[in-house]
Amino acid sequence: MIGADDVSTILSSAVRLTVPLAFAACGEYLAERAGAMNISVEAMMLGAAFGSIATASATGSATTGLVAGVLIGLLIGLVHGNLSHRLEIDTFVAGLVLNALVLGLTGYLITISDFDSHQVSQVSVPWLRDIPLIGPPLFVERWPVYLLVVIVPLTWWLVERSRWGLELRAVGERPRAADVTGIRVNARRRQALLWCGALAGLGGAYLAVGEVGSFNQNMTAGRGYIVVAAVIFGGWRLGRTLLGCAIFGLADAMRLALPALGLELNAQLLIAAPYLLALLAMLLLANRRREPGALGRPFERGSP
Amino acid sequence: MREIPSGSGQGPSGRLLALLTAGPGASGWKTGLVTVAGVAVALALSSLLIAVTGGSPLDSVRALFQGSVADSTAWTSTLLYAAPLLLVAVGACVSARSGVFNIGQEGQVLVGALFAAWVGLRLAVTGPALLVVVLTVAALAGGAWAGLSSLMYRLRGVNIVVSTLLMTFVAQQLVAFAVNTPWLLQETRIGDAVVAPQSNPLPPGALLGSIGEYPDLQVNGGLLIAVTGAAIIATAITRTRWGFRLTMLGLNPVAARHAGVRADALGGAALAVSGAFAGLAGAVLLTSPVGVHRLQPGMAMNIGWDGLLVALVARNRPGPAVAVALLFGALRSGGGFLAATGVPSVVVDVVKALLVLAFVAPPAVIAVLRRRGSGVRTARDGHGAVPVAERTAL
Repeated sequence: MIGADDVSTILSSAVRLTVPLAFAACGEYLAERAGAMNISVEAMMLGAAFGSIATASATGSATTGLVAGVLIGLLIGLVHGNLSHRLEIDTFVAGLVLNALVLGLTGYLITISDFDSHQVSQVSVPWLRDIPLIGPPLFVERWPVYLLVVIVPLTWWLVERSRWGLELRAVGERPRAADVTGIRVNARRRQALLWCGALAGLGGAYLAVGEVGSFNQNMTAGRGYIVVAAVIFGGWRLGRTLLGCAIFGLADAMRLALPALGLELNAQLLIAAPYLLALLAMLLLANRRREPGALGRPFERGSP
Repeated sequence: MREIPSGSGQGPSGRLLALLTAGPGASGWKTGLVTVAGVAVALALSSLLIAVTGGSPLDSVRALFQGSVADSTAWTSTLLYAAPLLLVAVGACVSARSGVFNIGQEGQVLVGALFAAWVGLRLAVTGPALLVVVLTVAALAGGAWAGLSSLMYRLRGVNIVVSTLLMTFVAQQLVAFAVNTPWLLQETRIGDAVVAPQSNPLPPGALLGSIGEYPDLQVNGGLLIAVTGAAIIATAITRTRWGFRLTMLGLNPVAARHAGVRADALGGAALAVSGAFAGLAGAVLLTSPVGVHRLQPGMAMNIGWDGLLVALVARNRPGPAVAVALLFGALRSGGGFLAATGVPSVVVDVVKALLVLAFVAPPAVIAVLRRRGSGVRTARDGHGAVPVAERTAL
């Protein structure tokens, strides 16, 4: 039978698998609200995961690695922004090329180099960690996890309460109207992609120097796509997006934990679960009312 | 097609389309020039990467050459890879031209292979008839898998790019499930032998043979299928009413609808056709000697993703796609020879991605330069058409 310890273990694992998704999802949520849909989240996470381990190995500090990961995410966000919101290359084409490029580049560099293992330190919150069941999963974690406590409200505030966020939403809903009022549509979208890059980079770097401590080829394995799916699953609302991340993280944790518990559940179904759930959410929930009006559409002055 | 001005009158993909079909106008040679420069930069960057990481660019090029075109064995391998790549690319041309961007080819390839394997192993047909059935079923399965995305778009407006992408991961697990389940396609256990997650080998009747054996060079039937497919689609796009409607839909869906084009049906059909080509590529992967004639979870080998890149480099023209598929096939085949020089073969993925960028960026660069040059800041020099891909992008 499954005991409380097992539940706690699965929850710990679920939290750890959710955190990288949650970081990146905050970024992707903001970008999509600005109408800038990018599947290059995958490239941002993968590049950042590699960069963080490489930097940590070079400097001996996992925290420096984390910062380097954020910078690499920013760089990829900058490149994507300029490709699709300055040169106006189709955003999916740009994302596809960036993903292929980063996958090849990191795969190449990891085979010719050898990195030490590095991990950021663990924080254990006194008192709270003693809560049964949810204590250990939530309050004994690597310290970057607690950045979420700042980043989630900050993202919400930026989008819903700041002037910049108001302009972002205008740009995402009615770019032409926003343009007429003097908002620089493509500049706003590039800025949104920078935020997305930084946070996706943080998520990828957390995966490498936070959870695993090393890098292997294609280590994100489609997590970036899951993040895009989570934002759609959440109907472009931050809370539900994060809930989506948690569900996907839990499904992943179950896949890892169930065989150990001697339970038979179809592994393939669990791996496919996030994608199936996202597809079902798009099909069944009336999400489209919430969808930013100009999502994924390029903006050019004077075009209809 | 040739009258369409390559001005900035269309959205990005529309502009891409216009430029690639434009005659040798002023912007044609400019784009060509920027492309050549871009390719030079891409190759220089790749060499730099190899040099900086301690390899020898010259040796790498030599190894790539030896592994891809130096002798007939190398050519055989190059052609084997080129066939499925070309099939995927031709399909991608069809959907991209209609303005629907399908990026789920990797999954459609797998689903095609899955159903091909199922029919090939279960159907009591012998002889070459089995091969025909296998190929047909694979094409139908791939088309149906892509058709699901089209259906989801029509029913609930689900974004096609996102749904085809997500369906890829579902397809991967579907194949993994099939080859891990004894009553589906997992190989038969012989005695106490360990069974691998793969199917039984296909019977000889279902395999694609060589269509010509020139002393050592073997040309597989898959290449014939792919080149025929490319020729048919190239003709259909430029010479038939269907192709005209398709291109019109991609360039200006509003005008197309006013002209009586049934946008949903035509766009959906284009998506299904592109899926069918990807499914066919899956069958070719399964039945030609590029693999081991067994259904395996990793058998798609990124052919779906690479085929999509081939179409991007060929700027959605089936004709040039033949040459680009050969190039990408050569890179794949030559990549295996790189190991001897101490450079990991995965470097060809970097080269491929940079090449794609070198072909995708120039039309956009030219358009931006023209806008800046003519001082167009507030309005464009034409009434733009928004390709469906952008209209439907979620």
